[in-house]
Amino acid sequence: MTSDEEILCEAEEIERLIAGMGRTIWDGRRRDLPFYLIGVRTRGVPLAQRLAQELTLLADDEVVVGAVDITLYRDDLGRGRRWPVLRGTEIAFPVDGAEIVLVDDVLFTGRTVRAALNAICDLGRPGRIRLAVLVDRGHRELPIQPDFVGLHLPTDRSDRVRVRLHPLDPVEEIVRVVAASRPSQPDRSPVP
Amino acid sequence: MTIASPTSPSSGSGTASVAAPTSPLSSWTRKHLLGLEDLSAAEIMAILETAQSFAEISTRSRKKVPALQGRIVFNLFFENSTRTRTSFSLAAKRLSADTQDFSTSASSLSKGETFIDTAKNIEAMGADVMVVRHPTPGAPHLLAQHVKASVINAGDGAHEHPTQGLLDLMTIRKAKGRIEGLTVGLLGDIVHSRVARSNIWGLTKLGAHIILCGPPTLVPRSMERLGCEVANRLDDILPRCDVVNVLRIQFERQQVGLFPSVGEYSHFYMMTEERIRLARPDLLLLAPGPINRGVELTPEVADGRHSAILDQVTNGLAVRMAVLYLLSGKMEARTTQTN
Repeated sequence: MTSDEEILCEAEEIERLIAGMGRTIWDGRRRDLPFYLIGVRTRGVPLAQRLAQELTLLADDEVVVGAVDITLYRDDLGRGRRWPVLRGTEIAFPVDGAEIVLVDDVLFTGRTVRAALNAICDLGRPGRIRLAVLVDRGHRELPIQPDFVGLHLPTDRSDRVRVRLHPLDPVEEIVRVVAASRPSQPDRSPVP
Repeated sequence: MTIASPTSPSSGSGTASVAAPTSPLSSWTRKHLLGLEDLSAAEIMAILETAQSFAEISTRSRKKVPALQGRIVFNLFFENSTRTRTSFSLAAKRLSADTQDFSTSASSLSKGETFIDTAKNIEAMGADVMVVRHPTPGAPHLLAQHVKASVINAGDGAHEHPTQGLLDLMTIRKAKGRIEGLTVGLLGDIVHSRVARSNIWGLTKLGAHIILCGPPTLVPRSMERLGCEVANRLDDILPRCDVVNVLRIQFERQQVGLFPSVGEYSHFYMMTEERIRLARPDLLLLAPGPINRGVELTPEVADGRHSAILDQVTNGLAVRMAVLYLLSGKMEARTTQTN
């Protein structure tokens, strides 16, 4: 399986992508609203924490990070063979009237983002929610688009894209895993 | 930039282990929850970890998640209950399931075919989960053999009350940060108590030392076979206990007098302010409720700083949400296969 993995970005490049996203997020923020980041479990959380490091430098003030577990809001809950393990939502700040940047590692069908939006809106009524993803790989199944993207990546629907980040993974990288049955000339999706 | 805990448990020492993100159990395989005797330590821990996540939902202004939308949870109570039935109903509602209560007096419907027929009728109405309380030990096990729905034992005679055992474990773990190595006293009417049995199984599997304490008629020596210490003098064992779980004297299950008088029982076994002074300063006091004030414990102790009685009720809701969530996953797998 490892032999099918194509490394697209390594640690240094990921660092650069995150720094770039941080600057854009900070420049585009609404200055009249309290500002928070919320990472989608699992890898959206370390990514949000890295973005918060960048933003803390720009803001000269600590940027608070929350974590959202979308398990209970999934539209395919119970359809898979495994019943997902719950990790819990941890949002210790009031979302009412706040500017929230929702952070995830890979944007694919948009279903995870839909679930995360519902989960956050059950906690209150945010002033504005924006979406930041490290990789946009296309193939949306819902009308959801990101506001901040690190890397636009054309993929085949059957590909898998993995983002590996400290401290959850030993090596930081973005890889594409090509499915064994994929045709040699893939039908690449258009990416916005 | 830290992720603050939304629940912020009161005890400082325990938070690290309570918030441990990894569960040793990667998937849940059981369809029913009939007792803690059947469960492994890993399964018990998986329920407690899941319950910890569900506790957060109860702190929200909108206390509802869509996880069990379209499922039907039936409460079949053949014996009186206030807190357990209410807690199960509320837990199901917070997961967006539909709930329906079915209760009857123990005299009109108690056992045999009529009980199974009743359950089959309820299943025909589309019940996905049946929460059963019954005066006969083993009734939920019998039901589980005859219906396709998931069965949760909400108390069967003097046998088991697994969700009460689980909420006691959760309360102890949140307050103390661990179960392993603790000394837990179960006090009072052990022989008639399903709560005691579920506590014994759960606490033993998680590595606690248990002392059963009460008059010899309510705490027979034979219970040592369950791996517990048996004692008759509360004042002797109290200084060793990290936790005391005060069980209710079950007047309704006592046909003959097993102790001379309530007054004499209280004299030897009631938790009073004086007895609290014999105990450790960080003693945790549990009581499954309903409590008989002035029999098992004085009002001052019941409402005092050692008491976690109301935390138990709060944790009970989270535990029942966790159990419904985990079992419903198994139930969905069944319906998907038959489609």
